[in-house]
Amino acid sequence: MSNAPVDHGRRRFLTIATSVVGGVGAVGAAVPFIASWNPSEKAKQAGAAVTANIGKLEPGQLIRVEWRGKPVWVVKRTPEMLETLTKVEGQLRDPASEDEQQPAYAKNQHRSKKPEIFVAVGICTHLGCSPTYKMSDFDAHVEGIASGFFCPCHGSTYDMAGRVFSGVPAPKNLMIPPYMFTDDTTLLIGADEGTA
Amino acid sequence: MFKNFMNWIEYRMPFMEKMNLHVMQYPAPKNFNFWYFFGSLAMLVLVNQILTGIWLTMNFEPSAERAFASVEYIMRDVDYGWLLRYMHSTGASAFFVVVYLHMLRGMMYGSYQKPRELLWIFGMLIFLVLMAEAFMGYLLPWGQMSFWGAQVIISIFGVIPGIGDDLTLWIRGDYVISGATLNRFFALHVIALPLVLVILVFLHIIALHEVGSNNPDGIDVKRPNDGTKIDNNVSDKFTFHEYFTKGGKKIIVDAIPFHPYYTVKDIVGVVGFLLVFCAVIFFAPEGGGYFLEAPNFEPANPMKTPDHIAPVWYFTPFYAILRAVPDQLFGAIFMFLAIIFLALLPWLDRCPVRSVRYRSNLHKWNLVNFCVSFVVLGVLGVLPATPTYTLIAQIASFTYFAFFGLLWLYSKNEKTKPLPVRLS
Repeated sequence: MSNAPVDHGRRRFLTIATSVVGGVGAVGAAVPFIASWNPSEKAKQAGAAVTANIGKLEPGQLIRVEWRGKPVWVVKRTPEMLETLTKVEGQLRDPASEDEQQPAYAKNQHRSKKPEIFVAVGICTHLGCSPTYKMSDFDAHVEGIASGFFCPCHGSTYDMAGRVFSGVPAPKNLMIPPYMFTDDTTLLIGADEGTA
Repeated sequence: MFKNFMNWIEYRMPFMEKMNLHVMQYPAPKNFNFWYFFGSLAMLVLVNQILTGIWLTMNFEPSAERAFASVEYIMRDVDYGWLLRYMHSTGASAFFVVVYLHMLRGMMYGSYQKPRELLWIFGMLIFLVLMAEAFMGYLLPWGQMSFWGAQVIISIFGVIPGIGDDLTLWIRGDYVISGATLNRFFALHVIALPLVLVILVFLHIIALHEVGSNNPDGIDVKRPNDGTKIDNNVSDKFTFHEYFTKGGKKIIVDAIPFHPYYTVKDIVGVVGFLLVFCAVIFFAPEGGGYFLEAPNFEPANPMKTPDHIAPVWYFTPFYAILRAVPDQLFGAIFMFLAIIFLALLPWLDRCPVRSVRYRSNLHKWNLVNFCVSFVVLGVLGVLPATPTYTLIAQIASFTYFAFFGLLWLYSKNEKTKPLPVRLS
């Protein structure tokens, strides 16, 4: 053993330097463990855009299309339904769709590209349940309004443009996915002119 | 021969020394009552969960395609598979019954107070890990309630501003709850969290034995030894480990060795517990729809939400708080605060007297208020959210948090009764 005096400054430097290098190594080693929790390539592939045929859609009818495992609704709204959109505006939390819950082209009163075709992710913005489409008996939940969406989990209500009513647990309007019409009867959900 | 063998061991590893320290020569206050059963019962249930859990993994298949069917296979085709599964599912509920009563004991007798703060914190960490463990375990049968319950709970993380959506995506490993989620929850449920749980239980006990067990009177059994003779001290009859007497600097008053006195007492508790536990397993394994919920006998279907989503009963008090707050983000914050405040009890309670026996009537009523609020919230959490129920949930959430606020206010200058000198 050497009898040289202890150089505390050097010892502290070495301790700190070793700790820092070791710490950087630990952070680096954590990367694969954390990143492996991200969606895999297979899951990302399964999340690609889907098409729906809307040629046979009856007025008032709702069809569900699965996109990224979520139900996407496509509704052909009747003129009466579109009229209610103005009627309910005073009772809504976000009537002008200020929240970024839709692509720019759906930031309008009917929250869609074509007024009669409504496309939305059918997942309640409260805690992820799927609301029920009340085609003609919605007035049990909101007086005087014939149609809308009602979430059975915690009682949230949405109008025919997926806009949330005030005073319910859900904080935001229903999400509108990116979509585009590839022709008059075909709808592509999950991609639009900007991404496709 | 045996003695030689033990000596051989002892020379190489202090086995008997540690057994004496923690079991045979551990001084436990002589006045433990009914409420002191639940610590050892929690350990019993932990062992039950680990054992039955290991056996269940032998037949369970953690994939979205096979999980539901493999649970049915365990229930119908594996010899005694139904029993192992019911022991595990009933054990989950029993774990929370026992842990909630164990925590209530701590609150009644002030067992969280100085110097047992760290012990209490370890207990709260155990409670948190236990909730994560139960939540992840509930996804594994891949039934409707598994799926939609997980959907609701994972969405709670989505309310965090900025990172919420990316965080939920990262937790799920997919755009929806899928086989990827199931697989990682399985890994965490059977390996990661049980390991953490066992380590935390170990630390909980080490911390307990360092500061010593509290008791229903809330006074210390280890006192500085100033040489005065203490009359009728039952502890004089026993040898305690020198670690606790600090070489004669401390005197132990009114305590008895953990073994055989409390091992025998705990066996009585175990027998009583097993009577109830077995009655549930054999006669009501679904716990009236509260231990295993009816929609969970249907396979998970991401396209169809059950009419009414209710978490398992042990989460419902916190779930009711989440729902009672109109704002989503604040709902989640208050739900977590409900647990954080419990963890902060050692610092919120500023009264030097521990046991409810010697505290003010105000404190007694406040404790009753806490229990009533907790139970009311628990009941409301399983019911659908109607305007009336939501209002009651809001009132109960308020009284739940009021418990902590009031406690902090009155405990500083509380009118307490004189403490006894000796354990009664």
